[in-house]
Amino acid sequence: MTLAHEAVSSETIETPAEVAARLNASGATLRLSEAEAVTYDEGRDVDDERMIINMGPQHPSTHGVLRLMMELRGETVERTKPVIGYLHTGMEKTAEGLTYLQGPTNVTRMDYAAPLFSELAFSLAVEELLDVEIPERATWIRMLMTELNRMSSHLLFLATNGMDLGAVGMMLYGWKEREEVLRFFEKVTGLRMNHNYIRPGGVAADLPDGWEDGLVAFLDQLPKRLEEFDTLMTGQPIWRDRTQGIGVITTEEAVALGATGPILRSTGFGWDLRRDEPYLAYDEVEFDVIVGTYGDTFDRYAIRLNEIRESMRIVRQCIEKMPPGDYRVQDSKVTPPPRGRIDESMEALIHHFKIFTEGYKVPEGEVYAKVESPRGELGCYIVSDGGPSPLRMHIRGPSFVNLQTLPHLMKGGLIADAVAVVSSVDPIMGEVDR
Amino acid sequence: MSDVAEPVEEPTPEGVPELFGVPMTESRGQCVLHPDRDGYHALVSTLRDEGYLMCVDVTAVDYLGSGERSLPGDVLAERFEVVAQFLDHQQRRRLRVRVQVPAEEASVESITDLYPGAEALEREAYDMFGITFGDHPDLTRILMPEDWIGFPLRKDYDVGRIPVQFKGAAS
Repeated sequence: MTLAHEAVSSETIETPAEVAARLNASGATLRLSEAEAVTYDEGRDVDDERMIINMGPQHPSTHGVLRLMMELRGETVERTKPVIGYLHTGMEKTAEGLTYLQGPTNVTRMDYAAPLFSELAFSLAVEELLDVEIPERATWIRMLMTELNRMSSHLLFLATNGMDLGAVGMMLYGWKEREEVLRFFEKVTGLRMNHNYIRPGGVAADLPDGWEDGLVAFLDQLPKRLEEFDTLMTGQPIWRDRTQGIGVITTEEAVALGATGPILRSTGFGWDLRRDEPYLAYDEVEFDVIVGTYGDTFDRYAIRLNEIRESMRIVRQCIEKMPPGDYRVQDSKVTPPPRGRIDESMEALIHHFKIFTEGYKVPEGEVYAKVESPRGELGCYIVSDGGPSPLRMHIRGPSFVNLQTLPHLMKGGLIADAVAVVSSVDPIMGEVDR
Repeated sequence: MSDVAEPVEEPTPEGVPELFGVPMTESRGQCVLHPDRDGYHALVSTLRDEGYLMCVDVTAVDYLGSGERSLPGDVLAERFEVVAQFLDHQQRRRLRVRVQVPAEEASVESITDLYPGAEALEREAYDMFGITFGDHPDLTRILMPEDWIGFPLRKDYDVGRIPVQFKGAAS
């Protein structure tokens, strides 16, 4: 087996222009329409072992409805075309008809494995436009919740990644630990997924009484579980054989293709928005950015496993430092008044009515907010024309952009490794298709 | 004109700040450049050479029916706008580029030759807004079916509705 670093280190340093030219000329991406695919075999010497094969859109390892059109030569993958859009529901169009208060209910359905991150990006963008400062407690609650969400998302990745490579036991263990996180989410937000918890102006509700207890118990037992995962997969020769040196990408390629998150970090490039362009209060907590070396499937797996450990560190610091105070901004133009006030105060009733019928108006302007989601840079671009709903709301989904690395990761590899590579990119199709 | 050493009034619009020879504005602390359509590709090429190695996002906005919007200098507002975001990892700086694209000729040059990662993003902008990107390697629909008619995110494209059906109701 050739090790990944041999291939990487033998290359000389290229300029960005050379990388772009090489990637564009590599022919890894299959550009073939449905009609052309049907007539692919016509007038061609069919003995050259080439064929087009479809994987998905209902293949278990495609994590939803990703369809891959692959051109094979024997068992080797030559060109790949990710065919997407099966889950497209026009959520960016929907957003134009929803008020800013209703906005999070829409974006939370994009990345359903990490819903709080889309809510966060949306809320940060709206708050930037409104120019409101959210209370400290709200910031820390947001950090606590998104870090837990990162853990649940990575645990889901470990489960499905294990399953894709035949470690079916891992699937059960991963789901089991993720369930613990979701149980906490249910306690805090009322829902296991699609929380609509992080909203412009703060969060929807304060943490319930005694929220730390169950959480600390969970944080105490999770390291043992992670060690078991290590035994089960990390050190296991079959696991290493199937992942090491498979689906290799270099830093320059990843940057040119717009890849972010674990894919970029697996190449040894430490880029994490939490550290490099801090938002919320990430500059007040201690954590390490996990990077890989070889940019292969194993590194992407190991990064996510270790990011769970780092997220646990952040969660512990959030529990320790959780400040008292308000969980949302007390500006009655943005946040609905407390239920009790409505019976006493005419003004509160008016505000309540105005916010839930018309919504609040957001000053004219455009802004781009970004957060580090478990899959990479999640951006939200909002253009406001001064009305109560956005003129345009665009989500820059990390999975959507990361999918472009797939043909390059698969090129020249075996069809049997395709599943491992797709799994390591960890695309969430709800966010890809939006 | 006299030859007195007096500061000569610049004929350019009243002191519009420029960056890389392109009008620059600031939106909520974020740096925005406004090149014209012909200068877009050249500007992006300069940006890459300046260290903006990643094209983070390419999207579009349809301003049909919305009121006036403030643009610097002599930049003329058009119906569409192509918006691209760039990131320089080394210096930790970001730039946004907004290009005005007229409805009657909705096309700009593609930047996929500079940033291969812009391919899917430009395809999405084409799919949703019908803006064509010249010299794009594969300008086809990406989210909508191949035979779809119309461009869903345009403001004159209706959201559409499905009639609610009740069980046992007379048709």
